[in-house]
Amino acid sequence: MTPLRYVRAADKVDALARVSSGARCLGGGTNLVDLLRQNVEQASELVDISRLHGAIQERDDGGLFIDASVTNAALAAHPLVRRRYPVLARALLAGASAQIRNMATVGGNILQRTRCTYFYDVDGARCNKRQPGAGCDAREGFNRYHAILGASDQCVATHPSDMCVALAMLDAVVHLSGASGDRSVPLADFHVPPGATPQVETVLLPGELITGVELPPPTDAMVRSDYRKVRDRSSYAFALVSVAGGLALAEGRVREARIALGGVAAKPWRARRAEAALIGVAPQSDAFVAAIREELADARPLSGNGFKIGLVERTVVAVLTALAGARA
Amino acid sequence: MTKLQNAIIGGVRAVLGQVPASWLPGGTPDPLIDKRVALGGQQSRIDGPDKVRGAARFAAEVAMEDLLYAAFVHSTIARGRIADLDVSDAEAAPGVALVMTYRNAPRIGVPPPIGLTNLKAAGNHTLPIMQDPEIHWNGQVVAVVLAETREQADHAASLVRVRYDAAPARTRFEEGKASASTPESILVERNRLDKGNAGQKFAQAAAKVDGVYTTPWESHAPIEPHAATVAWRDGKLIMHDATQMIHATAGSLAKIFGLKAEDVHVSSPYVGGGFGAKALWDHQILGVAAAKLAGRPVRVALSRASMHRLIGGRTRTEQRVALAADADGKLTALLHHGYGVKPRHSVCDEGFSLTGRSLYACESFDIVQHNVELDLLANSFMRGPGETPGTFAIECAMDELAHALGMDPIELRRRNAATRDPVSGAPHSQSAMMEAYDLGAARIGWYRRSAEPGTHRDGEWRLGMGCATGTFPFTRMPGTSARITLDANGDAHVASAAQEMGMGTATVQRQHAADRLGLPVDRVTVTIGDSRLPFASFAGGSSQTASLAAAISAASGKLAIQLMRLAGNDTPLAGLKPSEVEFADGGLRSVEDPARHESFASILRRAGRGELSAIGESGAPLEVLKYSMHSTSAIFCELRVSEVTGEIRVDRLVGAFDCGRILNAKTATSQFKGGMIMGLGMALTEETLLDERTGRIMSTSLADYHVPVHLDVPDIDVLWTDIPDPRTPLGARGIGEIGTTGVAAAVANAVFNATGKRVRDLPLTLDKLL
Repeated sequence: MTPLRYVRAADKVDALARVSSGARCLGGGTNLVDLLRQNVEQASELVDISRLHGAIQERDDGGLFIDASVTNAALAAHPLVRRRYPVLARALLAGASAQIRNMATVGGNILQRTRCTYFYDVDGARCNKRQPGAGCDAREGFNRYHAILGASDQCVATHPSDMCVALAMLDAVVHLSGASGDRSVPLADFHVPPGATPQVETVLLPGELITGVELPPPTDAMVRSDYRKVRDRSSYAFALVSVAGGLALAEGRVREARIALGGVAAKPWRARRAEAALIGVAPQSDAFVAAIREELADARPLSGNGFKIGLVERTVVAVLTALAGARA
Repeated sequence: MTKLQNAIIGGVRAVLGQVPASWLPGGTPDPLIDKRVALGGQQSRIDGPDKVRGAARFAAEVAMEDLLYAAFVHSTIARGRIADLDVSDAEAAPGVALVMTYRNAPRIGVPPPIGLTNLKAAGNHTLPIMQDPEIHWNGQVVAVVLAETREQADHAASLVRVRYDAAPARTRFEEGKASASTPESILVERNRLDKGNAGQKFAQAAAKVDGVYTTPWESHAPIEPHAATVAWRDGKLIMHDATQMIHATAGSLAKIFGLKAEDVHVSSPYVGGGFGAKALWDHQILGVAAAKLAGRPVRVALSRASMHRLIGGRTRTEQRVALAADADGKLTALLHHGYGVKPRHSVCDEGFSLTGRSLYACESFDIVQHNVELDLLANSFMRGPGETPGTFAIECAMDELAHALGMDPIELRRRNAATRDPVSGAPHSQSAMMEAYDLGAARIGWYRRSAEPGTHRDGEWRLGMGCATGTFPFTRMPGTSARITLDANGDAHVASAAQEMGMGTATVQRQHAADRLGLPVDRVTVTIGDSRLPFASFAGGSSQTASLAAAISAASGKLAIQLMRLAGNDTPLAGLKPSEVEFADGGLRSVEDPARHESFASILRRAGRGELSAIGESGAPLEVLKYSMHSTSAIFCELRVSEVTGEIRVDRLVGAFDCGRILNAKTATSQFKGGMIMGLGMALTEETLLDERTGRIMSTSLADYHVPVHLDVPDIDVLWTDIPDPRTPLGARGIGEIGTTGVAAAVANAVFNATGKRVRDLPLTLDKLL
């Protein structure tokens, strides 16, 4: 780790000023500190926003606004989250460990970086994300955890967050502040595919800060939702595949379907093609299979992760089947 | 081991076969087998309170004035040489005292290889350490940075620039198999075993199975990363180390640095988990060298990543097991051929092919293993070396054979339970494998198992049960010694340079010494963990308890003789010979007439002695050459497999152990459970990611190297036969390692029972079950 300055932000304005002059924003530090210690990232100054008051506020329309510094643990435990967006509470609790969730913030979770092992090996591995143009050792190496959707020749890494998969499913909107003012971006568009520039992972501009996340008023499929994470051990492991699903039925047909996938791409993958295919169909497993196959038509497996295609299919079907049953 | 050593050991075995049992160690069963007061109880670990309070000082916590902190720079190629080395930025970085490389490192010797013939050697490899620009594995240390703080050292290490001339490296297992070597011996056994024309018997058999089983590289992951705090004082060396081989480390350091043995002091009172990992590796040697160069004390505390690059783990194995049986299920042929990696500079054998030589009665054997010699970090011992991967292959094959025969897997083992060593014909010292099976089967409710795979389900979950045998040989190390000192109050103080990795060494020997000397446990202290104490061999091979017990027992015998001499004629014991007295009630008494008794305190007081001490030693373990001495276990697993995701959830593990008498029910249970959890990790999750393109280990954190988490660990029941082994001290055999053996097979067999799918490739990750 390179020597750096550490300051606590006095308030949001102070944090913004420091970030716009080059400081890195520190939430719980559960990922950034590791990255700094392993020299994957460098910073000359860290501005700690974790002490700023983080609130979860109910909006008049029934939605929620979640400050960026709210911890994962607090968000998962919030009664309105549990009641209106169960998929989010479950996704959060599927992630990391209790200790990490107590530290990790919503903003930091969104901005966490891939766990590709070649990305972390600064001395011994090639990585285009870390060093553009260097090459990618994951493509022909250990890529069991890597992407099957939306990857590029330059990068096959996945985004590791569970929370973001639920947020993508929920049409969450990320609020940003920067020198040129405030703006908001749908979470599903916040992360960008690697393409030829895998070092660019989000639409966040230099000097910009995530101030919070907005959840829209809950729809039926948000309330009737679930998160299923499939991993190599029963806790404290990143997803091989995860599914955030929500289903609303009317007169025996699917009225609203929401599906987002984790562990398959450089971003939480909102399965819009599958969702569209489900509208108006009877909620049966063959329909679910057909819908998710449509989504996975473009999937491109690597040497070590071909199993993910079938695994996604089966997990989606299981989640939707359970939701359909729960509705009945 | 050489051909010559093979011949010598074979000769000794032949002679000992003719020697009456009473002439050998263990010839007369230890009286403490039956006469137990503290032994067999539930004593809590005496090191427990200090550890819970944080008062125990581990190697990386020992305070020292003027301390420098070390950080390592690791090579990024597997073979070649350093072409360019630029340390100027690192040297100029804040807080840096010096950067050590092969250019300025003190000239030192190579580590003497660990082995059974030199108890003062601890080297896991035989390469020169930082003496030349040669690179032998990806991860080798090429520079050591010393700085005033750990953070400064880490930062400066990132500024060292190294350029290599890479040479072609052998890093691929499949390619290495073609030129694998076939050693004469594995540990102390002849490697190749060809008995009874196994090939022909296999070809003609009524029932047979033939499969290839693979186990992956595994890395050590003890809770305490390796650490040493080192100081030179007046040409003498002091090292606070985390080690399971105190004297071997001291002896090795003396040899490497050209010191007299007495000028090296190694202290290691607490070790946060050993498992074979806490031995002598490059980090201690580099720390000592750097401290010498700097003229200041040095602390080396390995990061998890450095541990993965410097501390060898268990080699990957590929094992073919072919079993043949007659229609009644009696084994007629056992073929076990396989490959493991053993780089040329490595010292440690992974003797997986030894497993099948003692386990079951069988008419014929064809067994041999080969070493794939790659340019990798030296492999090393890991809990249950040999038997852990060996039982996976053999015990899965037994399950497959049972299925092929349409026979219950326990019944198949019953029909093949050995009544003597199936290869040498030597009698067992004690063996009750089927009692263990009966205990375990009753506890788990084996009757609930469906013989037909894939028939029990609960929603999306398929349910199954499996069993497997575990096994590990008995070993007692010669040379381990202990001193017993009686003080003026008649209290006893035991001292030995034995090791405490958390398993309860001192706790159990305190119980032992109390019973041996006829004292309550609160009048006995046990001090271990320091090279200034009487010599002890390593804590390894599940040998420490037996070795130390033999030493304490021998010391107590000498003590009795000295006490009788001191007691003279003015004692109720007057006229008795040492053989006619026994320890009881804090003193000695006549065996014939228990009323004739005198306390230690009284004898010492009358003799005007403030204390009395005697040192005893564990003698040559000739009993293991006359008897077949193996512990066995029956491991049972009940689990569920998701039909949707392939995820395995283990619901229950039962381990029933036949390891002689159990000395402390509480610490033994903990040892067995810990071993079984390690076996569970092997079964389900553990796999070192070695990138064969570069020879580089890519799983260098606990996030990438998956050990089981609490949620993976089910209820575990531990049972034991508690049948004494009449040939061992206290009637006990070692229990440190057997817990790990057999578990992976029991899990894999349960998966087959649940799903009908046979996975022969560990770990049992979900993608293999989709």
